[in-house]
Amino acid sequence: MTPSLYTVKKKIAESHDTFSLDLAPRDGSPLITFQPGQFNMLYAFGVGEVPISISGPAPGTSGLIHTIREVGNVTRALHQLKKGATLGLRGPFGSSWPIEEARGKDVVIIAGGIGLAPLRPVIYKLLEQRNQFGNIALLYGTREPNDLLFTKEFEIWRGKYGIQVKITVDTADSNWRGNVGVVTTSIARVSFEPAHTIAMICGPEIMMRYAVLEMKRRGVSEDHIYMTMERNMKCAIGFCGHCQFGPAFICKDGPVFRYDKVKHFFGIREI
Amino acid sequence: MTEKKIIDREGLNQLIKVLLDMGFQVAGPTLRDEAIVYENIQSIKDLPEGWTDEQDGGIYRLKKRSDKALFGYVVGPHSWKKFLHPPERRLWKATLNESDFEIIPEESDPRKFAFLGVRSCELHAIAIQDKVFLEGNHKDPSYQLRRENAFFIAVHCGQAGGTCFCVSMNTGPRAESGFDLALTEVIHDNDHYFVVETGSDRGMDVIKKIPNRKAEAREVEHADSKIAEATAQMGRVLDTTNIKELLYQNLEHPQWDDIANRCLSCANCTMVCPTCFCSTVEDVTDITGDHAERWQKWDSCFTMDFSHLHGGEVRTSTKSRYRQWMTHKLASWQDQFGSSGCVGCGRCITWCPVAIDFTEEVPKICGSENSNTAVTKENEAPHENS
Repeated sequence: MTPSLYTVKKKIAESHDTFSLDLAPRDGSPLITFQPGQFNMLYAFGVGEVPISISGPAPGTSGLIHTIREVGNVTRALHQLKKGATLGLRGPFGSSWPIEEARGKDVVIIAGGIGLAPLRPVIYKLLEQRNQFGNIALLYGTREPNDLLFTKEFEIWRGKYGIQVKITVDTADSNWRGNVGVVTTSIARVSFEPAHTIAMICGPEIMMRYAVLEMKRRGVSEDHIYMTMERNMKCAIGFCGHCQFGPAFICKDGPVFRYDKVKHFFGIREI
Repeated sequence: MTEKKIIDREGLNQLIKVLLDMGFQVAGPTLRDEAIVYENIQSIKDLPEGWTDEQDGGIYRLKKRSDKALFGYVVGPHSWKKFLHPPERRLWKATLNESDFEIIPEESDPRKFAFLGVRSCELHAIAIQDKVFLEGNHKDPSYQLRRENAFFIAVHCGQAGGTCFCVSMNTGPRAESGFDLALTEVIHDNDHYFVVETGSDRGMDVIKKIPNRKAEAREVEHADSKIAEATAQMGRVLDTTNIKELLYQNLEHPQWDDIANRCLSCANCTMVCPTCFCSTVEDVTDITGDHAERWQKWDSCFTMDFSHLHGGEVRTSTKSRYRQWMTHKLASWQDQFGSSGCVGCGRCITWCPVAIDFTEEVPKICGSENSNTAVTKENEAPHENS
């Protein structure tokens, strides 16, 4: 229950309301190892603690990256931390994306908003052994163009590794020359073999609901669809009870779930 | 099974003294604010002698008994979780030094508790909380220390309360395990004595230190008949057949709305429940801003904040919060921890200000057209139009 102390090695502005913190243990001990999809609890002195997905190592960073949207007191306090500042960290916690199951298959990654952050380590894992996977598609949607994260990396993923990257936004002005519409409309624009595809979906619940429906309609079986759930979380170790989603504790059974295992509860209002 | 012993009232007093001398903080039932609650005690004078309780939905009243029984009541608003899983405790402190800070872990609590008067349903509740805090991938070291140090003196119930349903939940009224000593209070003619069973070596060592004699068969029979009386007196019944599946199938049942029209979302049920374990944390600083502390406090799924996420709360309606509580207790608890989260103590019924009754609501939710268990249970002929 007691955090370890970490130092902010680098702070990266990702968008108008989102930033990344590159962290390393203050005492110089080796970095914790984690699986893509897992999260840490980050503590800002005197303010509080929040669960934040690990969004990489990524090119140009050294340590553990956490991509954070400023939405409340704790994330605001984390935003105010400068390079060299200390924060508390507990973790990593939770389940991870099914990279082993995806080996030899096509992979469709569907992300909404900051939902791309926990999927970015997956993309880098897949790129490390690119030839072990079939077609890879990233379908990414945000509300507006200035909400898009990691835009500089898209061209590398596309050009160097042949990933099908489809970006769409809900609304945009005339300066936007890309797609407008919900992310699920992009599914028809990428090629994958539904019977041999693993889907990984992270975003708002409503977006995931439609993404799951569309993937099922395309013929991807329910046990090949993985998604994440989010609930209030205090302890991250199954004691506080806050993150319950039906029978699951999101902190230890999730945040990544295989769709068929939670579908009975997914979609029930206020569950 | 070891042979049963007899101690008298003075023997019970000696037992408390021996435990105090051994360094235990002895907690037991005592009278406060017109309720029987668990507090520290020094002798049998602190016990609610000659009192009993009358319980029903939303009703708790103390009444004088005609005898001088020391355990002549059932469970009150407190449970032993207030000692083992305290309502609030500091997790750690931190001090700031410019942009750096240090965390000082909380020192472990040296207190050893001896609990006197633990009922069978409460022993089951403690075993259930053990699964939460000790049997997962993570252990709560602070709970573990208090739990392992604790000495348990159970009391088999000699009477059942108006909201009791431990028989339905297979959790009582006789304490079967999890105690160091177990007492049955017997008042017969002019005799007042306790039949003592030992449940551990520690219990055996303690009983040797107080005056006792071997129980006669007649005395054990008296004790057993008291427990049998309690079994026959259960104020409530709950059919738990397929309860998990039935609740999961009925998450959108209209009865949840009916309950929500009555439920005040006051959280009393979660506070009195001996198995509810949810907690929140509060981060506090002093006025200088240089000292911070993190406190853990009991929380309830009936509060709005409980499900707060950026963008709003997940469970805004009372319906969804009541559903979360009841389905957790009776259904998802089974998936999470391998047992029901309800021990049938009846506290949530007694202490509900509007007398919402678990045992009345469950059959309404589970016994609808989605299931035929209600019909077969009642042996009713099928209705013509059903």
